[in-house]
Amino acid sequence: MTGSETTGRSVLQVDELTAGYGGGDVLRGVTLEVPPGGITCVVGPNGAGKSTLMRCVSGLLRPRIGSITLHGEPLAGKSPREILRLGVVQVPQNHSLFRDMTVWENVELGGYTIGDKKVLAKRIDTVFELFPQIAQWRTQKAGSLSGGQQRLVEFARALMLEPTLLLLDEPSMGLAPKILKTVFDAVRQMNSAGTTILLVEQNARAGLRLSSHGVVMENGQVRLSGTGREVLEHPEIGALYLGGASR
Amino acid sequence: MSALLRTAGITKSFGGVRALDDCTLEVEEGSITGLIGPNGSGKTTLFNVITGYAKADAGAVYLGERMITNSSPDKVFNAGIGRTFQLTRIFPALTVLENMLVPSKTKGKQSAMEQLEFVGIAGHHDQLAGTLSYGQRKLLELAYVLVADPEVILLDEPAGGVNPTLVGQIAARITELNRTTRKTFLIVEHNMEFVMGLCAKVAVLDAGTVVASGPPDIIRTDPRVLDAYLGVDVDA
Repeated sequence: MTGSETTGRSVLQVDELTAGYGGGDVLRGVTLEVPPGGITCVVGPNGAGKSTLMRCVSGLLRPRIGSITLHGEPLAGKSPREILRLGVVQVPQNHSLFRDMTVWENVELGGYTIGDKKVLAKRIDTVFELFPQIAQWRTQKAGSLSGGQQRLVEFARALMLEPTLLLLDEPSMGLAPKILKTVFDAVRQMNSAGTTILLVEQNARAGLRLSSHGVVMENGQVRLSGTGREVLEHPEIGALYLGGASR
Repeated sequence: MSALLRTAGITKSFGGVRALDDCTLEVEEGSITGLIGPNGSGKTTLFNVITGYAKADAGAVYLGERMITNSSPDKVFNAGIGRTFQLTRIFPALTVLENMLVPSKTKGKQSAMEQLEFVGIAGHHDQLAGTLSYGQRKLLELAYVLVADPEVILLDEPAGGVNPTLVGQIAARITELNRTTRKTFLIVEHNMEFVMGLCAKVAVLDAGTVVASGPPDIIRTDPRVLDAYLGVDVDA
């Protein structure tokens, strides 16, 4: 298991990515790929660079060195809006719904860039079919929902653009343990419906368990990669979190 | 060795979220103790409760035999507990030396310069503090805390966002203070190499409770600690 093996058939390909803020590098030569149809889960201790990686992919942060390609098309220099139009949709770590708007309005906003109203209506139907519970909350204010429910609405909103690649940044963050199953079930459901997912997750065990591919980052580098199960069961994973891993 | 700083059954909630849950921690006199735990486990909240920046809902904080629970920050400081913050709280528009003269316990310029020399930033004394690098600011905060000559020093992520050279400098200063003056340290830190290399004992917080404490080598392989960091599997 290494971080440098790539197949060339991936949805997303990240090569030798170096990026950071101010004068410092947070990512230092990150190479990874997201194969089609699966869930690729990136885990790692605080400060490993997981969220920075997400910011680079979605265009919020411009890398210093390296490349990111989506189905072979370079994303370098593209704005977040252009990257969104290419089908990369991100659900951010912090709750991002408009609290005073209804669930319906929030979901509909996910299709803001869709001009055709018929397409928009059809997309909403499809999303509500996938998440029937959200349809039941459609008239409620988003701010009145629990954290877990808001997360599901954020997922639904992201699906409105039928993303080529869905980025989920720590979807379990701040949620009570009993809610996690609902959120992880929803991630699996979206994937089963055909969405390729790049998931960054703090709960490494739960994230890797549901993922086809796993990556462990530490200190801005990919330290382990393989199938979700291989990474989960790798003897070094604990040491990468608690220090003492071999270099 | 006996506990110099002790928390007993501290509970603290913010709204419906219980940040600290029956949190009991002992910091031995003259020790360098690490406090680790995943994001949101309550480390900074515990620091805030100990130093009077947050009020405990239940439980007690002791410095030696003295109960200091829910004392105001200045009283805790005067009782002998100094702390630094995750995001440094310096006065950027004052010079480095002027920053050192702000605390009421400052014994004058010469003493302030000695502390700056000790942490290795005396050469910057007439520079505006806002021009210091992030690591240098952390060193300034450490010098600032030392002015009051506290018995116990709480450091909140002293190595966070600091370049490796300065991380080494910070660790060396802590070790020296501990060795020569027997100052007691409690250090919150995510940089595991730093904390495991520096601390004889490490306590681990998970969901507001101390789930394990002991020497670094034991902590690294403790299943409860791995559960805290890797998460508990969800039956999805």
